[in-house]
Amino acid sequence: MITLSNVYKSFGSNHVLRGVDLTIRQGTSMVVIGGSGTGKSILLKSVLGLVTPDSGTITLEDLDVTHGDRDAFLARFGMLFQGGALFDSLPVWQNVAFRLQRGRGKLPGTEAREIAIEKLRRVGLTPDVADKFPAELSGGMQKRVGLARAIAAEPEIIFFDEPTTGLDPIMSGVINDLIREIVVEMGVTAMTITHDMTSVRAIADNVAMLHDGVIKWTGPIADMDASGDPYLDQFIHGRATGPIEAVR
Amino acid sequence: MNIIFGLLAALGRSTFAALASVGRVALFAADTLSHLLRPPFYGREFAHALVQIGWLSLPVVGLTALFTGGALALQIYAGGARFNAETVVPSIVAIGLTRELGPVLGGLMVAARVASSIAAEIGTMKVTEQIDALTTLSTNPMKYLTLPRVLAATLAVPLLVGVGDVIGIMGGFLVGVGRLDFNAATYMHNTLNFLEGWDVLSGMIKGSVFGFIVALMGCYYGINSERGAQGVGRATKAAVVTASVLILASNYILTEVFFSA
Repeated sequence: MITLSNVYKSFGSNHVLRGVDLTIRQGTSMVVIGGSGTGKSILLKSVLGLVTPDSGTITLEDLDVTHGDRDAFLARFGMLFQGGALFDSLPVWQNVAFRLQRGRGKLPGTEAREIAIEKLRRVGLTPDVADKFPAELSGGMQKRVGLARAIAAEPEIIFFDEPTTGLDPIMSGVINDLIREIVVEMGVTAMTITHDMTSVRAIADNVAMLHDGVIKWTGPIADMDASGDPYLDQFIHGRATGPIEAVR
Repeated sequence: MNIIFGLLAALGRSTFAALASVGRVALFAADTLSHLLRPPFYGREFAHALVQIGWLSLPVVGLTALFTGGALALQIYAGGARFNAETVVPSIVAIGLTRELGPVLGGLMVAARVASSIAAEIGTMKVTEQIDALTTLSTNPMKYLTLPRVLAATLAVPLLVGVGDVIGIMGGFLVGVGRLDFNAATYMHNTLNFLEGWDVLSGMIKGSVFGFIVALMGCYYGINSERGAQGVGRATKAAVVTASVLILASNYILTEVFFSA
């Protein structure tokens, strides 16, 4: 279980997180929604330790994430970045097998390559992609490779940062289905941040709405449409008028 | 009076900002060097950096040395003719190249080629979240990106300087023999007779320091690059300019240390 309690983060005078409280239960898929610039990525990066909160606590199974063995902590996570964040200088299979070829459980090259190809197959890519470089792939293929890298070391927790941004609706559907299948099949805890409502309905067990640096509403996906929360209603229906100020 | 206070305040702010920058670079350098003693070590990244920084800089450093050696021979010949000292051309070319021009011009050429490419590469990695991805994959970016490049440049640039010295002296030799009618054997004899081991070694030590500066500045500005194409552009420009200025400043300090009476 991941628990965020009263998490604050500011960048100068920009107060991004203003006391976030959120719980993600083990084996469930939490989707955090909210407008652009509301701090969704900062929230996710705070859990991973890529951003240090100014105050508040973040725990994973009751252990503070800022303490203890950092490598062992990160080894429990997989992450799909918004733009894929594939390493340009490495071929696809080495991107996927990056963690497998380093650290304590380092695997020999041939074994790591076999696993990478198996993971590429899992996300719908053929083995001939393995020796290509990221720049030779389309945006959708890069997302799939990023997904293969996120699951390569069979993590317990996977984070998805805007998984469908920049993709056409069909490819978005494919990625959403893949994420849902993988989360169910691997039994992982998942946290996704997005503002794509199609993704939310495809991926989420639970939803949290982040606005003004705090969680305005959280609950099961089944309750989302009848939440009665004006912020959530405006967001999910994409209305220009409501409590969320739309800059024109 | 207010104008004077305003100017003094601006001067104070600039001084503090400059000192803060020096502090940040010093901490960055210390962090980089601390990884020398802590495994894991990324041998493949180090070898790749050696090829990129050392081997692929050889043509530009070699050509710079060749033309500098030739021009130096012409200048010293013309200057020496004023007091009938044309015969000093081989020895002055050799000393000038090995002690000063070889390492400084070589360092500046490497700064232009390598600091820019490192800053642009790492800056792009920063803005495309590849550095965050490295961290989430339990790989320390300082260990994986910075240390191999800094170590490779510190070791490769002195070798480039050494090769540049030989090519530069050859440039002087070709001009001396081909254009200035020196006897080939006498030119070589004078070069080797006047040149001391310390002349070459001091230049190579300078090269090592310059290599460290070049790679450190490339990595520092790359890792601290701001978002977007403009951010990467600014990081690249700052890396080259700062590395070049630091090369010239440290060259003066090293020359004082090595050669002041």
